[in-house]
Amino acid sequence: MSGGALPLAIVASSLVPGLVIFALPERAVAARSALNLAGALLKIGLLVLMMYGVFHGRSYELRVPLVPGLDFVLHADALSLMFVNLSAVLWLATTVYAIAYLERSPNRSRFFGFFCLCVTATVGLAMAGNLLTFLVFYEMLTLTTYPLVVHRGTEAARRAGRSYLAHTLAGGMLLLAGTVWLYAEAGTLDFTRRGFLAGLPIDPRVLVAIFVLLIAGVGVKSALVPLHGWLPRAMVAPAPVSALLHAVAVVKAGAFGIVRIVYDVYGIEFAAGLGVTLPLAVLAATTILYGSLRALFQDDIKRRLAFSTISQISYITLGIAIAGPVATVGGLLHLVHQGFMKITLFFCAGNLAETLGVHKVADLDGTGRRAPVTMAAFTVAALGMIGLPPTAGFISKWYLGIGALQADHGWVVAVLIGSALLNAAYFLPLLRRIWFAPPPARWPAERPHPGRAVSLALVLPPFLTALAVLAWGLFASAPGLPLHWVKFIAAWEYAP
Amino acid sequence: MTVWPGALPCCVALPLAGAVLAFLLPRRVVAVGLCAALATAAGSALVVANVTAGGALRYAIGGWGAPLGIELAADGLSALMLAATAAVGLAVSVHARDYLLAAPAAPKAFWPLWLFLWSALNALFLSADLFNVYVTLELMGLSAVALVALAGGAAALAAAMRYLLVSLLGSLGWLLGVSLLYHATGTLDLELMAARAPHGLALAVPFGAMTAGLLLKTGLFPFHAWLPPAHGSAPAPVSALLSALVIKASFYLLLRLWFALPPHGDGLALLLGVLGAAAALWGSVQALRQRRLKLLVAYSTVAQLGYLFLAFPLGTELAWRGAVYLALSHALAKGAMFLAAGCVTSRGGDDDIGRLDRVAQGMPLTLAAFALAGISLAGLPPSGGFVGKWLLLQAAFEQGQYQWAVVLLAGGLLTAAYVFRVIGHAFMQSPGAAVRGAPGTMQWAALLLAFGAVALGFLAPWAAPLLDGVVP
Amino acid sequence: MSSAPLYAAAGVALFLIGLHALVWQRHLVRKIIAVNVMGSGASLLLVALGHAGPGATDPVPQAMVITGIVVAVSATGLALSLTLRLARASGQVELPRPRDDDR
Repeated sequence: MSGGALPLAIVASSLVPGLVIFALPERAVAARSALNLAGALLKIGLLVLMMYGVFHGRSYELRVPLVPGLDFVLHADALSLMFVNLSAVLWLATTVYAIAYLERSPNRSRFFGFFCLCVTATVGLAMAGNLLTFLVFYEMLTLTTYPLVVHRGTEAARRAGRSYLAHTLAGGMLLLAGTVWLYAEAGTLDFTRRGFLAGLPIDPRVLVAIFVLLIAGVGVKSALVPLHGWLPRAMVAPAPVSALLHAVAVVKAGAFGIVRIVYDVYGIEFAAGLGVTLPLAVLAATTILYGSLRALFQDDIKRRLAFSTISQISYITLGIAIAGPVATVGGLLHLVHQGFMKITLFFCAGNLAETLGVHKVADLDGTGRRAPVTMAAFTVAALGMIGLPPTAGFISKWYLGIGALQADHGWVVAVLIGSALLNAAYFLPLLRRIWFAPPPARWPAERPHPGRAVSLALVLPPFLTALAVLAWGLFASAPGLPLHWVKFIAAWEYAP
Repeated sequence: MTVWPGALPCCVALPLAGAVLAFLLPRRVVAVGLCAALATAAGSALVVANVTAGGALRYAIGGWGAPLGIELAADGLSALMLAATAAVGLAVSVHARDYLLAAPAAPKAFWPLWLFLWSALNALFLSADLFNVYVTLELMGLSAVALVALAGGAAALAAAMRYLLVSLLGSLGWLLGVSLLYHATGTLDLELMAARAPHGLALAVPFGAMTAGLLLKTGLFPFHAWLPPAHGSAPAPVSALLSALVIKASFYLLLRLWFALPPHGDGLALLLGVLGAAAALWGSVQALRQRRLKLLVAYSTVAQLGYLFLAFPLGTELAWRGAVYLALSHALAKGAMFLAAGCVTSRGGDDDIGRLDRVAQGMPLTLAAFALAGISLAGLPPSGGFVGKWLLLQAAFEQGQYQWAVVLLAGGLLTAAYVFRVIGHAFMQSPGAAVRGAPGTMQWAALLLAFGAVALGFLAPWAAPLLDGVVP
Repeated sequence: MSSAPLYAAAGVALFLIGLHALVWQRHLVRKIIAVNVMGSGASLLLVALGHAGPGATDPVPQAMVITGIVVAVSATGLALSLTLRLARASGQVELPRPRDDDR
């Protein structure tokens, strides 16, 4: 395919099914599932094609004028490919899971329609070639995830949706302000390796102000303290939505935005020179500790996972804010690894809620025996969150620690260790309950299933993602795996 | 393609003929009305195509040139306004056909009045001289007032009466200004007048009178008191026409006046900007407080008009382009929003926002239309509203006038707040059975118009060259 | 003609008197009369300005005034019929005060 068609096709592979699904009647389960899966598989296929092309030196770019003077750009570079890969693979897993999870609920066509649109926005955002295109898809992500958050239609869902919108639209407004201001000062918004601001004659105070606006704008979605308020409240959404929001789409989009802004707009050295990276690192560290602390006191499993997410995403920000290739590797690697680990945790939490009615930590006793595969996956992911080898979590935290030492930021290592201890403090008790506590006489709301405790379509996705967590940890250095990819990106970003 | 200036009088004559015919044939009024609507839209499309291909057009009616004859002129800006009018006009015509089925007597009055209004709008956008504009302003005002009064009932009649008095006052201001300007420059043609522009008081007094008159007609804060009752109590297709098109006509005239005879000094521009900012913020706050959907949309109009006036203190080419683009997007989006509200109330339902959940279950297309229109109004991408807002923001940042940027951004958030207030209610699980939906044609008319507002977000590169040379 | 400025001033005065009455009078028929007075004032101003220059009288303002009279007649007709219907529907010949909340 020619240069611009492939990125467009990748975006369209979820846009078109989404629009068609809106028109399907509620009863058309087979057609809807077929469309969903076909779209997901097609996306992965096209992605493989694109990676093959990039590997052989081809470049893919789509440029269309959008606003007088500025283009809408879809561009495939190493960083965008990594994020698109993550999104596409996890979308396939979530699609399989969601089809089973929502088996008898109302409004499925509406749900899956917006589900597809949400992934379209994520993929478009990943392949954005300039800040304007990023902004367009960023806002589109807000609009397409809102119906998913309020899907259940209850009063709690409506309030959560309102909080979500208030935060994300305000963030979008800040991002818009920063973007327009930047364009007015710099004359371009194209993502450039090592940034495009270094040589321009712009007042440093203006640059710092713009940086604050931009980071605040994307910081809302990446749940930087104190902009994180929407995330715990959004847990009223169904489990597939939480899985998608917390592993793939929304929070990762925010983190990805920070990566793009620091590396491809400002450039890491220029940003460090401006003095904005250290405050960002401190903010990220604060978020890491705050999220872990709050997680300790949550009774509801999903809320505990939510605060864990708030904490874990800031590892990425921390790795980005510390200048240095090794820290970068750690941060970007965690973007991928945390995605797989968190999605596993949410899949398992969803299984427990759906089939056994278990929502609270106190009800976890003995679930290991009742749903062994699910809880084994949960255990692997939880150990990864703590950062124990041989899970993927260990690899990314290791790189972060080394990178912090190399950049003379010893205090970061203290933060990492402190956070790991806190993670252990709120995950290990869960594991103890799961495996070593006797099960209760009756589960809170058990759904009778013939044979297995949980159906295959609900068990397979977390099983596979947990397997990936182990694989990324054990075989980290193998070519083609995330570590190899991320090292390639870091080398490219830091090359003179 | 061959350029045919004769398309210009067609745009005025076709709806006029249609109106007369509709009045004379009351039993076939709907068929006549729809045919006339299609023909007028086709004529407008022809003019747009001609202008895009061949540049500005001029046509002297009867072969008599100015000053005693009447000339019609179309440049890029007129073409864009004609196109927006045609799009909204077609959608409203299709929508009204079903909407008015509930009141059997209404179509006989609606179609002739609506076609007169369309004729006046087209003539206004195509007028080359200022007195002709006065006539079209009056025709437009009278038809609009009569359309508002169609609904009957004390509220609608009072709103119509207030609107009539305000409209007449505005036109008289325009007439006064035209008289003084004619005396000072000896011509009524806007281009010639620009070349012979007077100075000092001889310009300030008529300019002030005309501006005041146009502000009254546009409904800028604080001259907006007539707008919410009129737009809120008229039948939904009429509200769509008023908010989308009639208000844009007076704003268009203000732009033309400003381009031809720019005032010296910054005072008036700054005043307009401040009033615009006040309108944007106050109107949004009022919209948030409303319980009725149509009143919410009417106050939204008051707020959105405020953004258009932010271009005056900025004054650069980018700012004017942004304002024009915002005006076009607002026309399509607001039209779609009122048509969606019309779908909600069409089966005798009320438009209480708290009870929208029952309505939304049965009318997903209407909800989608409202949501897409709201996205354009809030300036969220991808939409025409986003492009307009971007251009205005860029103009503000380039000049270091951050206060207008803050107004634009805050206003966008407030707009999103009241749009999502409506949509949020629609996603709730409703306990009762769903209300039966409005006819498909009505919902599709609203939805297609909303798609148009979103599509404008991608059409900017095509529309931009049309404004070259028109915008200073 | 030397009396042209006097007529022009009279026209402006009529316009302003009509404006004052339009804003402050409450009865609708009086408001309509006020609009007509304003229109007459504007027409008077137009014709007077046409006479103001040296040489032959300019015919264009007179053409404008004739058009203006036609427009004023139609507007007055609509206004009066609206007033009648409003009076029948609400029993009042005055406009209710505009309020900024919904009813």
